[in-house]
Amino acid sequence: MTNAPYDFAVKMTGIGKAFGPTKVLDDVTLEIRPGEIHALLGGNGAGKSTILKILRGVHRPDAGTLEVLGKRLTEHTPDESKRVGIAMIFQEMSLVPTLTVAENIFLANELKTSSGLIDDSTAVDRATELFKSLDVDVDPMAEAGSLGAGQRQLTEIVKAIAQKARVLILDEPSTALSTHDVEKLFAFLTKLKAEGVAIIYVSHRMDEIMKIADQATILRDGRHVITAPLSELTLQSIIEHIVGKQSRGLSGITREDTRRDNILLELRKVSGRQKPIDLNLSIHAGEVIGIAGLLGSGRSAIARLLFGIDPKMSGDIVVAGKKVEINDPAAAIAQGIALIPEDRLRQGVVLEHSVADNISLSVFDRISKRGWISQQKWSDLATEKIKSLKVKTSSAAAAVRTLSGGNQQKVVLAKWLASDPRIVIFDEPTAGIDIGSKSEIIQLIRELAREGKAIVVISSELNELLAACDRILVMSDGRLLRDMHRDEFEDPIAGQHTAAGNMQFAERKLQTTLQEVRNNG
Amino acid sequence: MADTMTPSMATRIGLTNWRQNIIYIGFVGIFIFFAVTLGHKGFLDTNNLLNIVRQTAPIAIMAVAMTYVLAAGEIDLSIGAVAGLASVAAAMAMDVGGVPLGILAGVGTGLIVGVINGIISTRIGIPTFLTTLAMMGVAKGTSMWVSGTKAVPILSDGYNWFFGGGYIGPLPVLLFWMLVVAAIGHIVLRRTTFGRWVLATGGSETAARYSGVNTRNIKFKVLIISSFAAAIAGMLYAGRFQTGRFQLGEGDELSVIAAAVLGGTSLFGGKGTVVGSIMGALMIGLINNGLILAGLEFSQQLIARGAIIILAVAISQNRKST
Repeated sequence: MTNAPYDFAVKMTGIGKAFGPTKVLDDVTLEIRPGEIHALLGGNGAGKSTILKILRGVHRPDAGTLEVLGKRLTEHTPDESKRVGIAMIFQEMSLVPTLTVAENIFLANELKTSSGLIDDSTAVDRATELFKSLDVDVDPMAEAGSLGAGQRQLTEIVKAIAQKARVLILDEPSTALSTHDVEKLFAFLTKLKAEGVAIIYVSHRMDEIMKIADQATILRDGRHVITAPLSELTLQSIIEHIVGKQSRGLSGITREDTRRDNILLELRKVSGRQKPIDLNLSIHAGEVIGIAGLLGSGRSAIARLLFGIDPKMSGDIVVAGKKVEINDPAAAIAQGIALIPEDRLRQGVVLEHSVADNISLSVFDRISKRGWISQQKWSDLATEKIKSLKVKTSSAAAAVRTLSGGNQQKVVLAKWLASDPRIVIFDEPTAGIDIGSKSEIIQLIRELAREGKAIVVISSELNELLAACDRILVMSDGRLLRDMHRDEFEDPIAGQHTAAGNMQFAERKLQTTLQEVRNNG
Repeated sequence: MADTMTPSMATRIGLTNWRQNIIYIGFVGIFIFFAVTLGHKGFLDTNNLLNIVRQTAPIAIMAVAMTYVLAAGEIDLSIGAVAGLASVAAAMAMDVGGVPLGILAGVGTGLIVGVINGIISTRIGIPTFLTTLAMMGVAKGTSMWVSGTKAVPILSDGYNWFFGGGYIGPLPVLLFWMLVVAAIGHIVLRRTTFGRWVLATGGSETAARYSGVNTRNIKFKVLIISSFAAAIAGMLYAGRFQTGRFQLGEGDELSVIAAAVLGGTSLFGGKGTVVGSIMGALMIGLINNGLILAGLEFSQQLIARGAIIILAVAISQNRKST
């Protein structure tokens, strides 16, 4: 298509990057031709976002070279990367909600009249033209804050195009989009492709990748696995490359069958504002259920709804046989529901306060009388939780700041468990912690189930769900589409794998299921 | 946030417009109210109306700068004290080195304070609320100290005419100061990249930064503009009273912020209009004038003014969510 004097719009060779002692990229190669849609694939922690950040100039590579449009890039800053024509579409991050669409599109790149003043009417005309040529219906005069998610996403892309981007990076662009908007987006990308723009497309949705991408590069554990045309890859082979031969370390956890007592939590045809839709679900005491789904499937929406953060629009929530209304987190806590949020450190602990203070923070009313805190109960509670969760701290009085990351997470858990909930919801329980702490936390989840609590684990890490859960529910577009017992993920021909092999088999099967439900509904 | 409830666009725009225009409706309403109730006390006399303009001009000028500060998502509480300090600095320097040195000292005071505020806020990263609150004390203390808490007379008639006391025909020079500052402020905010970037920084700092706006630099500049405007206001006070004094401008920060917010500038950043801020300042001047004519004591004026401002701001504020 183009007669450019270079073969590759982007040529990253032998890229290495380490954060402290952890190597996140090792000798990675990424080559993208002009006029090509290139899928970048890999599981969590594969190094996708790091390599994109290097391309965007946010991180500087420790090793390797980076060529853009045939020129070697020596300076690694966001400005330089923007200057050479690289644009990244962030998830709704680069639009100022209080400015209009046209103002946003030309932000920091304003069109000017001959007298040097901003020329907004030309900007509106140009924006209108751009939207028209790409067959998108967005009003350039509208405030960006009033746009729907799909329109915002398309505006972001138009903004990048208006600034003459030659390399466009899209990171999970479709999660907030309706099916109709995704079609628009694809038509749009196809047009850009014809104009010679190189597009890097990151998504967990294989159906989209299969549809739109020409070429794919798969990363795993910071290494380059394969680059091949999509025509030569099948869904099965892609998943195999992503999952790899080793399941990272969680296969050693034993999961004895839990007693299934009475039903503790039941949802009957529950719908939220957008997601979930018509959710039917029951959880027994002593059971761990996992909720799997791709980004945007509505898995976290369940947690927010159950904890009273998002409103319920219809249906019933039944806790221990009684219909309840949960309108805010306080009501959820009163029903014995605890949510351990994804962003634990920010929402969960006061770093400067002691371990004991943090643990007792949410239960001061329970350990105090007429406003006076019982020192005895306070220290008993802390001592007991430190012991039961094996928190490694010099003393109960030490500031949480002095603890290691994994132990800080445990303090957060201790805090939530101090209120003695009957139902515990974990949202991404092991995000951002090391593998050792990961398996400790999963064991803790199992232990809580043994004590008779009902547990919901929401996670994007498949091996974590498989290690922790008795049942795994698969969601897509806000609907619950599969309810599978953990055993269904085992290889029917028993005894032919090691523990790690079994886990790997299960992970592949779960990944395949996730993609299937998106394709078939 | 991303998914706030969006009622139909039409009602949303209608509602915002109604709220944005409340300043004009309120201004006219209050004007008519005073005209009817206080007309016999001379409210409508040309002299009285020009007097409102003269008294309002320094507030209006600082409110124009405050529009930038608030629109960038920051705040400047030091302006009242800086105005006082600039008046003292100008008067004392004039005593030593004549009018040029006096003007230099006044303007220099504003620039120096602005740079200090800017450095502390953007380089060290202390929120402007704290930086400028502390600076308020520092500036006031400095002006009390260097002047020995005494008024410093200004003897130059030329200075006193140009900076606040003079008239061109029947019109006070202060009216022209206000109009010039308003015109420049309006054009820069609406039609230059700097103004656009100020609005972008306050609307979403992350988005602005990702788009290539140097948001630290923007914040630095709005703080300098704010202190500079405060110094000008202080020099205008000095010209009108023919004196530099540490009490000049005392407490003005409240009126200035109220004027900007009344005029539709958001305390949360991202939105602001210079014309609105000028109208807000005039409205506050109107209220002050009316309360005095109504014969309220100073103590009662304070209470009534506070109540009216809270009421007006409450109506003009956009509700964040239902």
